[in-house]
Amino acid sequence: MRDMKRTTNALALAVFWFAGLTTVFVLGAVILYVFVNGIGHISPEFIFGQPHGVNAEGGIWPMIVSTLYVTGLAMVIVTPIAVLAAVYLAEYAVQGRLVRTIRFAADTLAGVPSIVMGLFGLAFFVEGLGFGFSVLSGAFALSFLMLPIVMRTTEEAIRSVPRYIRWGSYGLGATKWQTVSRIVLPAAMPRIITGLILATGRAVGETAVVIFTMGTMINTPVLPTDPGRSMTVHLYMMAMEGINLPAAFGTALLLMAMILFFNLSARWLLRRNRRMQG
Amino acid sequence: MTHTLAEHEPGFVPPVDAAVKIAVKGLDFFYGDFQALTDITCDIKANAVTAFIGPSGCGKSTFLRCFNRMNDLIIGSKVEGLITLDGQDIYAAGVDPVDLRRRIGMIFQQPNPFPMSIYDNVAYGPRLHGMKKKSELDEVVEMSLKRANVWKEVKDILGRGGLTLSGGQQQRLCIARVLAVQPDVLLMDEPCSAIDPTSVQKIEDLMAELKSSVTIIIVTHNMQQAARVSDDTAFFLQEVMGEPAMLVEFGRTPEIFTSPKDKRTEDYITGRFG
Repeated sequence: MRDMKRTTNALALAVFWFAGLTTVFVLGAVILYVFVNGIGHISPEFIFGQPHGVNAEGGIWPMIVSTLYVTGLAMVIVTPIAVLAAVYLAEYAVQGRLVRTIRFAADTLAGVPSIVMGLFGLAFFVEGLGFGFSVLSGAFALSFLMLPIVMRTTEEAIRSVPRYIRWGSYGLGATKWQTVSRIVLPAAMPRIITGLILATGRAVGETAVVIFTMGTMINTPVLPTDPGRSMTVHLYMMAMEGINLPAAFGTALLLMAMILFFNLSARWLLRRNRRMQG
Repeated sequence: MTHTLAEHEPGFVPPVDAAVKIAVKGLDFFYGDFQALTDITCDIKANAVTAFIGPSGCGKSTFLRCFNRMNDLIIGSKVEGLITLDGQDIYAAGVDPVDLRRRIGMIFQQPNPFPMSIYDNVAYGPRLHGMKKKSELDEVVEMSLKRANVWKEVKDILGRGGLTLSGGQQQRLCIARVLAVQPDVLLMDEPCSAIDPTSVQKIEDLMAELKSSVTIIIVTHNMQQAARVSDDTAFFLQEVMGEPAMLVEFGRTPEIFTSPKDKRTEDYITGRFG
């Protein structure tokens, strides 16, 4: 009987171990594969150079600029709206059916496949509002994708500010707005920024939305109305049309590095903040 | 020479400093459908320390929060009856709770410094109310920290985060923060229950010093503390679960502790329940 228990225990442990190991292995394999195939292609010319020739040899600078441009603009659009909406939901709205509906809508919106959002962006921004294939259309469509994520993380950040800290402010004769703007938002800021960075990481990796709204033209955009091609779109075209697989891997590696950078900075921010308050 | 009448002698007129600061008449309090307090009537004397004692859940803290209308923040709460501050109804239509809370400061059970520097914590209130000049703020910050008996410990680290202080120091920082807006009344909701004994001593000393300029009401679980620091004591009790709590007995602290009139007060004080 006792041996039986021990065997079961050992078996369970082995299963957990196996599952954990598989996860690590899959992650490691993907990263390693992209790294091995891409690293040979990374060079200053590849990052800062212009593409040329039928097989898009040379660099991917226009794609890097397009990606950062469209993501940055999307962030500028989404931040004020998402943060204000979250403040309203968390602090001002009477908690009831309407708020629950808004929250449910946001969660559903967050789960909408990005290609659907891309189609919407094409119909609404590109065609309807006549922005054309441009960084502007791309940024608006991306901001729709980021909005629910940023709003929900911001709302959680605001809610996690302890009640008794608010009471301290109210107890000194602060109005609601004074309390929100001087105590609650600064206290929640690191977590709000973390949410923003994570959403940005997602936007950087987004393909379907930008292919429909920013287009596929290789171009270094200057004005928001210029078209462009994001790194993800470039990667897709390089790989699927079999034009230049090494360049695809190089682009993939750079993308991964960028997203890793975003996630690491989010973690660093959270940690630094914990240290400062502790 | 005129003979000074003692308090128990007939014809005794309370001295000026015993004037009523806050008067409560027939107060009922509700959380939604639940009535938490019933028919409370008492007078809080100016420049004195009044202690609210009673078992957990007897509504002492709820009652305390009626004085600065902190309960307004709780949706569904309702106050009936009258509370006056210096003769003025604080629940009257024209009274802004935000203004009221400037005059009636509050200290909470959990020290709650804001996540900012010690200096900014104390300067927060004055800044809210429009003080901008650095020199004025410096002066208020120093004076308030001195009044709160914490200046010596923090004067060299004013730029450091308020949350880096020990619990007892944090609580005195919070007291300084409240004093910086110069309230007439200080509400203390179990201010010593979450801090170390040395700091408790300091806060009790502080109360004795402050009462010359501020009227203090303290909710405490600790009967020895009530006996040590207060001039008047109010004993609250919720006799039946689900029924509203009431004020059982209110009087001079020595009397409440040595010769309570009500059997229930005596039972509580001698430790038979609670």
